[in-house]
Amino acid sequence: MEYSYTISGGDFTHAGEASSHLKRILKSLNLDPVLIRRTVVALYEAEVNVVAHAWNGKVMVDISPDEIVIVVKDAGPGIEDIERAMQKGYSTASPTVREMGFGAGMGLFNMKSNSDSLEIKSDPGVGTEVRIVNKIS
Amino acid sequence: MTIEEIIRVTQGTLVCGKAHLPDEVDRAFCSDLMSDVLTLGCSDILLITGLANVQAIRTAEMADIRYILMVRDKEVTEEMIRLVKENDMVLIKTSFSMFKSAGILYESGLKPVY
Ligand SMILES: Nc1ncnc2c1ncn2[C@@H]1O[C@H](COP(=O)(O)OP(=O)(O)O)[C@@H](O)[C@H]1O
Ligand SMILES: [Mg+2]
Repeated sequence: MEYSYTISGGDFTHAGEASSHLKRILKSLNLDPVLIRRTVVALYEAEVNVVAHAWNGKVMVDISPDEIVIVVKDAGPGIEDIERAMQKGYSTASPTVREMGFGAGMGLFNMKSNSDSLEIKSDPGVGTEVRIVNKIS
Repeated sequence: MTIEEIIRVTQGTLVCGKAHLPDEVDRAFCSDLMSDVLTLGCSDILLITGLANVQAIRTAEMADIRYILMVRDKEVTEEMIRLVKENDMVLIKTSFSMFKSAGILYESGLKPVY
């Protein structure tokens, strides 16, 4: 099954709608609650990153019998140094983003710990693509 | 503790979730940092937060947290209420500070997550 969603940069009110919708779908498939939580937490952090750091983006979800594949692709400033960005606490978030309760520099770390596989590709000045895979056991 | 007891000791008001007044909660976590809440990996706890926005509710939804206590009488918007209802969550408001709420709830028997 495939689903897709769009995300607009700066739109915090709607951040999380894709994750919320996916959560409902995964629940209706009666998947393991821990797998569901891990998957939606990883997607939610990815969504928030597009809203906080990029201009606009797209989420593509593909659910097959053995895995959930999520690709979040954005047009935005990209990430110069992915390894540094992955470090806990590293953040370039604006004060506005911090006021919303984000910008602790934990997002990429959370995405990593809640996915079986996380791949990040980024082209500075163009955008970022994040691929999250969680196995259905 | 039950939700009803939590409301009583924090002199709070129930914004939504009447059906859950008898629910039992035994652990709580305080944070204004949403990514911190998302690292928890445990569900059905009470989240005590000073962050009053839609993202606080969304974060709780993703983290499978049903019970939220908002401190310092922050304003609750219609959009927040809509999300709380949609996800069958409980939202409580108190005028107490985070420190005071946490202290009272700890003393009343709520356990920390860590
Ligand atoms: N989609 C993205 N586009 C551009 N930069 C990003 C993106 N995602 C993450 N980053 C960069 O990586 C940093 C760390 O991300 P993250 O761990 O989610 O922390 P936070 O979002 O709290 O800053 C961000 O502050 C930002 O500099
Ligand atoms: Mg982030």
